Amino acid sequence: MNTIEIHQKLQEALGDAVGPLSEPKIDSFAVVKADRILEACAFLRGTPGLEMDFLQDLTAVDWPKRSVIEVVYHLYSFPHRHGIVLKVELDRANPVVATATTVWKGANWLEREVYDLFGVTFTGHPDLRRVMLPDDWVGHPLRKDYQEEGGFHGIPNLRENPLVELRRLDLVRIAEHLKANPPPPPPPPAEPKA
Amino acid sequence: MAHRDTMDAELGGDVVFAHTSQLDKIINLARANSLHYLLFGLACCGIELMQFGGPRADADRFGAVFRATPRQADFMIVAGTLTYKMAERLKLLYDQMAEPKYVISMGSCANCGGLFQLAYSVCKGVDKVVPVDVYVPGCPPRPEALTEGLLRLQDLIMRERWKDKRRPPRTAAGKA
Repeated sequence: MNTIEIHQKLQEALGDAVGPLSEPKIDSFAVVKADRILEACAFLRGTPGLEMDFLQDLTAVDWPKRSVIEVVYHLYSFPHRHGIVLKVELDRANPVVATATTVWKGANWLEREVYDLFGVTFTGHPDLRRVMLPDDWVGHPLRKDYQEEGGFHGIPNLRENPLVELRRLDLVRIAEHLKANPPPPPPPPAEPKA
Repeated sequence: MAHRDTMDAELGGDVVFAHTSQLDKIINLARANSLHYLLFGLACCGIELMQFGGPRADADRFGAVFRATPRQADFMIVAGTLTYKMAERLKLLYDQMAEPKYVISMGSCANCGGLFQLAYSVCKGVDKVVPVDVYVPGCPPRPEALTEGLLRLQDLIMRERWKDKRRPPRTAAGKA
């Protein structure tokens, strides 16, 4: 079954909650309304003939100008060897979507990663913690407006330019040398002739 | 022969100095040729680190054998990209090692952050966390380069004196 047929079946089942299919450039996708995404996932997973048993990837894209965070679901069916991409558009100020762990258990860590790097909250997730960054990290780094903090737990995040540092060390060495071997005092001024 | 810096005023004059210097040499020979290193492979440098211990580069001919526990390690080879999350664990392991302890920073990432220096999560060099004795450049360094680093570390150990073996505590930035 190709992507267009899958999309048609999905639209028949969910009506106008499923948007039109995009141009088939690489992976054509359909935008689904955020409150119906779980329904769409369960439909694609459970319907005979579709059986999307594999969540290939779950990731997100940040669009600051549109004030939108897209969550992207790459679905694939091993028995039928077909797949489709679904997208959900969330409000950037408060991105909340239902978890897909009830449909695919593999969504667990993928959603934790999206939570970690984009700050999307997945309601109903069994263990929504950061998965890669430290637990007390501030901010979500893959958002476009992320500003880096000055270091982490007292570890500075700046490194001196090695050329500048070597020049500084040279100056230190010269100063130490001068301290150890002070230059001779200047000769006393010649007495003015009477 | 008597020199102000190398003579111990409390112990005596040249005779004692001559004896202790020979003792120092013997002690340091033993120390420098039985260096056990703590495995700390973090990235692709870790693969070269394994080759360093393997039969071709064979660190064992210099007496360096890996230990998988910080309690029995003499020095630590930090090989690979150090993230901030890992930097805290690195400090923890370093603190568990017994004195005297040394650190070899292996590869560009461990030296200064390397290719990933501008990343938000990468520590800009191991010397921001623990004092480093030998820096091995390369991306990644060949096992021969790491062997050279080990020889430099042995030189450093051979120059140490028993009397002032405990080095003054250094700051993480590597400056006294």
